[in-house]
Amino acid sequence: MTNYVQPTACEILNVKQETDIEWTFRIATDIKPNHGQFLELSIPQIGECPISVSEQGDGWLEFTIRNVGKVTDVIFQKRAGDHLFLRGPYGRGWPVDQLKDKHVFVIAGGTGVSPVRSTLNFCYKNPGYVKSMNLVCGFKNSESVLFENDLANWKEAFDNTWYCLDNEEKEGFHKGFVTGIVKDLPLKEAGDDYAVLVVGPPGMMKFTGLELIKNGFDENKIWMSFERKMSCAIGKCGHCRIDEVYVCLEGPVFPYTVARELVD
Amino acid sequence: MSYKLSTQETTQLFAKLMEKYDVYAPKRFKNEGPYSDTDIIKYAKIASLDEVEWNEKSDYPMKEVLSPIQQAIFYFTEDEFRASKGKTRPMLIFARPCDINAMKVQARIYAGNGGFVDMYYARMAELAKYILMPCNGGDDTCFCVSMGTNTTDNYAVAVKPTEDGMLFEVKDEDLAAYFADAAAAEFAPEFVTENELEAHIPDIPDREVLNKLKEHEVWKQFNGRCISCGACTIACSTCTCFTTRDVIYGDNPEVGERRRVAASCQIADFAKVAGGGDYRTTAGDRMRYKMLHKFHDYDARFHEGHMCVGCGRCTSRCPEFISVTVTLDKMNAAVEEIKKELGK
Repeated sequence: MTNYVQPTACEILNVKQETDIEWTFRIATDIKPNHGQFLELSIPQIGECPISVSEQGDGWLEFTIRNVGKVTDVIFQKRAGDHLFLRGPYGRGWPVDQLKDKHVFVIAGGTGVSPVRSTLNFCYKNPGYVKSMNLVCGFKNSESVLFENDLANWKEAFDNTWYCLDNEEKEGFHKGFVTGIVKDLPLKEAGDDYAVLVVGPPGMMKFTGLELIKNGFDENKIWMSFERKMSCAIGKCGHCRIDEVYVCLEGPVFPYTVARELVD
Repeated sequence: MSYKLSTQETTQLFAKLMEKYDVYAPKRFKNEGPYSDTDIIKYAKIASLDEVEWNEKSDYPMKEVLSPIQQAIFYFTEDEFRASKGKTRPMLIFARPCDINAMKVQARIYAGNGGFVDMYYARMAELAKYILMPCNGGDDTCFCVSMGTNTTDNYAVAVKPTEDGMLFEVKDEDLAAYFADAAAAEFAPEFVTENELEAHIPDIPDREVLNKLKEHEVWKQFNGRCISCGACTIACSTCTCFTTRDVIYGDNPEVGERRRVAASCQIADFAKVAGGGDYRTTAGDRMRYKMLHKFHDYDARFHEGHMCVGCGRCTSRCPEFISVTVTLDKMNAAVEEIKKELGK
């Protein structure tokens, strides 16, 4: 009988410090997740936590982890050559197939850039896959900016990029929330042929959704990615359930029309 | 086929069955109740039929036999994770229809939801056969008839104690062999057809009404009454939620086990994520979440009827005297008010 919660030891290949509290761990594994899926990372003695895949390559996955909990505390003591335990991938990721030949808008906030990073890099490495890429990334301040190399690459390659800091003036960044950019997005040029991906803290996603609708975006062309507490990731432990939906099974990425109606 | 055995023959039969099977039944634990001089009745492995509590409803549900309040799922040493091996002896479990019907809910979640069959549940469920025991209608918190869980055909054997022995209806082929020399008798189990209590399940026709109900004032009264202790969900026949917890043995942090421990949506932090994001931060929000799961959300997902089996244990166990059926009545009033307001 398959034991779906059995973790496997995997070697850490590299640790990159993005900010003081957000580090990216590259881990050796042959697991091939879809963009936007997550895995359960675990440390014996401490426990498990669900973490999105922030980038993937041949024989490795990257996880950008914010040091905010018991498990992540211990993960931050690990270095290249140490081991982490993985199981997964789980859930439904971004509708990457549906982005082909479309105008794509991505609005991401804070650590929320991680779950959409591999999708952005997929588009970056495959020019012409999408008709146009319009990216809005927001961070709290200059110390919390993630993926600086990627941000520079994306700025160069994508049609439009807006990088925002909530409450700080800095060259190359807009001051203010990502919601303030929504009215400037080139929706007219996109016609009917577009898709919008939104990911970030709950409040940011809620108000971005409302702002998108207010500015004429079609509710059927928007997707959002949720973060919830999970113990199992296979629809048993109940922690991530909202109404009749399990975030670990039907999510973490939901069409906006579903996400909007889910009240915890 | 149905049989009658004398008291002595019944004792001999169970002695023989216990050579192969572990037998579980509701059992009374004297003076182990939550208050002074009170007993507790819970499921336990028995060594003799005398230990079965036939008359009173157990305080805790049968599900604990298959999915214990806590169990080791892995043992770890250094960087190795080994799954626990679990039980190998088959089980016979004395149960009433509410508890047997609750197993459908347990299986729907543990062995079906999302297409994942949980190994730890499945390996226990495979070993279990049920002995249907008679129910005398339960107590003043029971409402199985309202939930349609007063009957079942999911049993290996049905039994009924009599003054001079026991009546048996045997459906299971493996067990039939034990009755080769038994005297045939007329016996079919009888089911409860009426409870003292009737539950009225709210009709929530659509998401607009559902989301209005979530915002309704009715839940706020539980902020003062419910102490978020989780006693209701531990006593519930159908609750399945758990948390994973690693435990280190003694003073050696390299050796320990990963446990699955029952969790409760009624306790604060059930949905709190590591970064501090939290959902349902009041007792009222959490009561709403539980009630809607039992009487709306589960059915909305699986389309097989409601999750609650009407065993009433949540009402019995609540230290604040919150009754599930009275709460349902309050939900009903709120739903009617919302429908009227929306013209539905």
